[in-house]
Amino acid sequence: MTKRSRKSISIFDGNILRQAIVESLKKLSPHIMVKNPVMFIVEVGCAVTTLLFVRDMLTSGHASAPLWFTVSVSVWLWFTVIFANFAEAVAEGRGRAQAESLRKIRKDTLAHLIKDGIETDVSSTILARGDIVVIRAGEVIPGDGEVIEGVASVDESVVTGESAPVIRESGGDRSAVTGGTRVLSDEIHVRITTDPGSSFLDRMISLVEGSSRQKTPNEVALHILLVGLTLVFLLVSATLVPLARYSGITLSVTVIAALLVCLIPTTIGGLISAIGIAGMDRLIRKNVLAMSGKAVEAAGDIDTLLLDKTGTITLGNRMASELIPVGGVTQEDLAESTFQASISDETPEGRSIVSLIGLQYDTAGFKKKLNGMVEYIPFSAYSRMSGCDFDGIMIRKGAVDAICAFVEGSGGTVSPQVRQTAERISEGGGTPLAVSRNADVLGIIHLKDMVKEGIGDRFDRFRAMGIKTVMVTGDNPRTAAAIAKEANVDGFLAEATPEKKMALIKEEQAKGRLVAMTGDGTNDAPALALADVGIAMNTGTQAAKEAANMVDLDSDPTKLLEVVEVGKQLLMTRGTLTTFSIANDVAKYFAILPAMFAGVYPEIAPLNVMRLTSPASAILSAVIFNAVIIILLIPLALRGVKYRPLGAATLLRRSLMIYGVGGIIVPFIGIKAIDMVLKALGFI
Amino acid sequence: MNVYGWAQIFLYFLVILALTRPMGNYLYRVFEGERKPFPGIFGAAEYFVYRALMVDKNKEQTWKEYAFSLFIFSFFGILALYALQRLQFFLPFNPQTLEGVTPELAFNTAVSFVTNTNWQAYPGESTMGYLVQMAGLAWQNFLSAGAGIAVAFALARGLTRKANQAKTATIGNFWVDITRCTIYVLLPLSLLGALFLVSQGVIQNINPYREIVTLEGTRQSVAMGPVASQEIIKELGTNGGGFFNANSSHPFENPTPLTNFIEMVLIFLIPAGLTYTYGRMSGNRRQGWVLFCAMAILFMTGTAACYQAESHPNPILAGLPLDHSQGNMEGKEVRFGTSGSALFTVITTAASCGAVNSMHDSYTPMGGLVPLVNIMLGEVVFGGTGAGLYGMLIYAILAVFIAGLMVGRTPEYLGKKIEIREMQYAMAYILIFPVIVLITAAWSAAAPYGAGSVSNGGPHGLSQILYAASSAGGNNGSAFAGLNANTPWWNIMLGIAMLAGRFLMIVPVLAIGGSMAAKKDIPPGPGTFPTDGFLFVILLTGAVIIIGALTFFPALSIGPIVEHFMAQAGRRF
Repeated sequence: MTKRSRKSISIFDGNILRQAIVESLKKLSPHIMVKNPVMFIVEVGCAVTTLLFVRDMLTSGHASAPLWFTVSVSVWLWFTVIFANFAEAVAEGRGRAQAESLRKIRKDTLAHLIKDGIETDVSSTILARGDIVVIRAGEVIPGDGEVIEGVASVDESVVTGESAPVIRESGGDRSAVTGGTRVLSDEIHVRITTDPGSSFLDRMISLVEGSSRQKTPNEVALHILLVGLTLVFLLVSATLVPLARYSGITLSVTVIAALLVCLIPTTIGGLISAIGIAGMDRLIRKNVLAMSGKAVEAAGDIDTLLLDKTGTITLGNRMASELIPVGGVTQEDLAESTFQASISDETPEGRSIVSLIGLQYDTAGFKKKLNGMVEYIPFSAYSRMSGCDFDGIMIRKGAVDAICAFVEGSGGTVSPQVRQTAERISEGGGTPLAVSRNADVLGIIHLKDMVKEGIGDRFDRFRAMGIKTVMVTGDNPRTAAAIAKEANVDGFLAEATPEKKMALIKEEQAKGRLVAMTGDGTNDAPALALADVGIAMNTGTQAAKEAANMVDLDSDPTKLLEVVEVGKQLLMTRGTLTTFSIANDVAKYFAILPAMFAGVYPEIAPLNVMRLTSPASAILSAVIFNAVIIILLIPLALRGVKYRPLGAATLLRRSLMIYGVGGIIVPFIGIKAIDMVLKALGFI
Repeated sequence: MNVYGWAQIFLYFLVILALTRPMGNYLYRVFEGERKPFPGIFGAAEYFVYRALMVDKNKEQTWKEYAFSLFIFSFFGILALYALQRLQFFLPFNPQTLEGVTPELAFNTAVSFVTNTNWQAYPGESTMGYLVQMAGLAWQNFLSAGAGIAVAFALARGLTRKANQAKTATIGNFWVDITRCTIYVLLPLSLLGALFLVSQGVIQNINPYREIVTLEGTRQSVAMGPVASQEIIKELGTNGGGFFNANSSHPFENPTPLTNFIEMVLIFLIPAGLTYTYGRMSGNRRQGWVLFCAMAILFMTGTAACYQAESHPNPILAGLPLDHSQGNMEGKEVRFGTSGSALFTVITTAASCGAVNSMHDSYTPMGGLVPLVNIMLGEVVFGGTGAGLYGMLIYAILAVFIAGLMVGRTPEYLGKKIEIREMQYAMAYILIFPVIVLITAAWSAAAPYGAGSVSNGGPHGLSQILYAASSAGGNNGSAFAGLNANTPWWNIMLGIAMLAGRFLMIVPVLAIGGSMAAKKDIPPGPGTFPTDGFLFVILLTGAVIIIGALTFFPALSIGPIVEHFMAQAGRRF
């Protein structure tokens, strides 16, 4: 199996950056800016200082501040807005690049529409929900739909990156087909299940491009905080004018605009939409299609995860795990006969038996003894056993009842130990197979539903994140308990029916927990829809995909780990940058306030703790720092703050140290450095 | 600074610490407990009030109904108090035959006492007769304190209650809360406290003012009145309106260092106790202690700074041959000294009390900065009765929102998610206060009718303006008394500031209570950000300082801060 991983795009991809520069200027249009009130205020500030500069330039004499100062502040204020737009444009550019690769899938193809038994060729773009089309070998499936007739092997690599073809057939859980994938063999009839423009891909493309991106609830709540702070600082700056005038200090509009822009949370305000777009983008690179940003955020809050047992936790086919001899039979003797009975068995169980024995014994020796005339007895549903006859020896392997009957029929006796062993294995969730030679039962093979390797570690990671895992299975409670223990899940739901699944989700939700569920079958659909986050496997049915709010193209149910991480990263990145942004204000005050008042109150000098060169350079340095920090934080906004499952208190302490305390200290250093550079370059 | 001063400060803190739990438990029993204390006496009185008011004590209100009841109640309170003042010349118990109060001053005073501010633009003994003092001002001292406590309980219920079974989320019944608060808490404590004050020399009579001949042979009029009964609720209810103009520095209000200490304890008694009550309501006492700790850190820092500043003389006087061992004694009573005065000042401004035992206007710039900052932080350092708790809880919600994001979860407080609506209300609460204070101050500073009341030049004049605006907006009531506030502009402007500072801010508080009451609570998990540990204390303290400081630092820097540097440099005005 080869995986074609989605092309990862460098943050500094030249094409995207070039486009982003153009975009960031286009976004200066006020009707776009007004969507982000924080940056809109900055733009208004820019406009005012620029007008002031123009006025001062034309009418010499009564300039409120030196001309070079007004123009420098104006330019850097513009940069602040442009940098913020640039961040958003880069994020959108990366999304668009992803969308481009998705869009290639959604080519306009010819569809053979069947109406009233007559086949007509139409463009795939006009197919509507309910239309029936026929697709033959070598053709591209024109839209998302459900197979209603036939069976075919389909190459879905465009969507999943998986090169091995998959079988799609009518009925059952493998009936869903995705538009853009190619039928390799046979012919299928498909009922289209989406209207034009609303297929999975269409919705996804518009989401990653940011065009239909709606602010998520948490983003809106944060926006309210930011707008509130902006209003506070607007008030602070505006009322400072009369308060200062009372003290005999005249503040120029330029200085007030500089103060305002430095105080309002431009860092987070400028990066907030880039963070959101980049989050969706990261998810797609993990091959998960999300229907809304809201679902991704909800994933970060998941408390309980329901997982299907088969195919998720276990491999889904039974594997030999142990050979148990009965009576006086030796382990090696049993192994030899079992090997001989299984060598022609091509079922997964048979192969697993051969490979288990191969791990412990030199099977070449066993094979040699089969040199003579060997007659292989294939498995039949009637006999429920298989095996081989050679040199007058009859070796059989099969269901315990069948072997017992066979042995007794051959004149042998079955010791009670055989049935006891078989029962014990059944109780433990395994399947026993008996092996006999002539009229003797040699022993029992323990077939087990094998838990996927490494799955326990993944569940440990879920646990560290505070997520409870629940295994859902149709097995009886005993079997379920055994597998649950081995797989290291926190709980299980045995003998699950769709009703029981729904009841479990409702019960968890009533306790205030957020529930995620992975599923693929049509019978999972109601539960997927009910869960707060439903992730459907791409191999699943259309019904399951429609009910879910995410689809995993790789059909890897533990992918939820990554989805949860992306969700948490989204919130963390917002939180840390907000903290950083607010903490920055402390240093800016110490730069700007002494500079504003030093003229009338020279005694205020001790407040100038950074010892900045002059009032003008102090204000300019703060403004430059404020703009540059946005650019410097773009990579962080796009990548997201790294999430570590450390427990909330530890996480918070780290973040507070880095972004809170760091946010207070960094600007002191940064502003001082900029001031020194300005001085060294002779600007001031 | 000396060891006795520090000893008094630490003893005071220990007494508050010791009283927090019993007071908190008592309040919990009164408001939330099944079995109320003294059912025979208090229960009967409560029953009688409900009968008279036709209140069904089992019927809970939604936040809107609760707010409406509170507003109606306060509106009629203002009307009645206004009428009492205007008409006092033909009402009884007015032995000095004081005239009716002017309309602006009557408006200002009525608003002032109903909003628990007790800003006084008048000298008590020469303006208000005994009937107005007893039936008007003292009456409102009880009820405005009770209203604040009621709102705090309403919010606390919203935050701590498990999801309501009923569809409509209710947060208690205003009439029940205010009745219980008065009957079970304020009246009995005031009765006991007033007796103690009388034993210490606080007067309690309705006699005409005494004419006496002093040792020097001059005639002097000594004001009389029912002082003890009003003094006690003035502190207990964090009201602060003095019977006399000199407030708690007057020997009839606060005669001894012991009464001074007890008065200080009374100011913090209920606000500190409420933190514990809140912890009990949330089912986790540490939730309450966390709030207490954050308040205590801010309080002790302020006290240390103020005491330190006041222990040093005015730098301009420092060179003169005077006894500087007591520090800056201008405007302070010798019987309280710098520590007893500085401590009282920090307490009265940390809580929204506003009673004073020394003149804040005469403090050193840094010493005066502390009370100003206390008010500007929103009076959440223990704060007013009820108002301190609900103010701090709003800060807690903001801190949880930002910090909660940093742990990668939708923020939740006490298991309830903080979403769009709560942020809208919390930001409204945060925004209203600076809007009131900064606009009032800026307008007054710019207009001659405002700035004309200032008595000092230079930055100290601006401090006076800032202090008046903050004190009114923050419902504190203390003053940098150098400002002549009894002018039409200041009376009306500060009246509006007090109204807005009280009622506009209560709306979002009750709204948050209502919307949180309706929410399902989520059981805490390992990913939940814990709000009952020391980390949250730091975070909460940081949030209060950062939000408060960022808002007012620019204005303060051209007020007390630059005044400090100039005093150090020896510049005079």
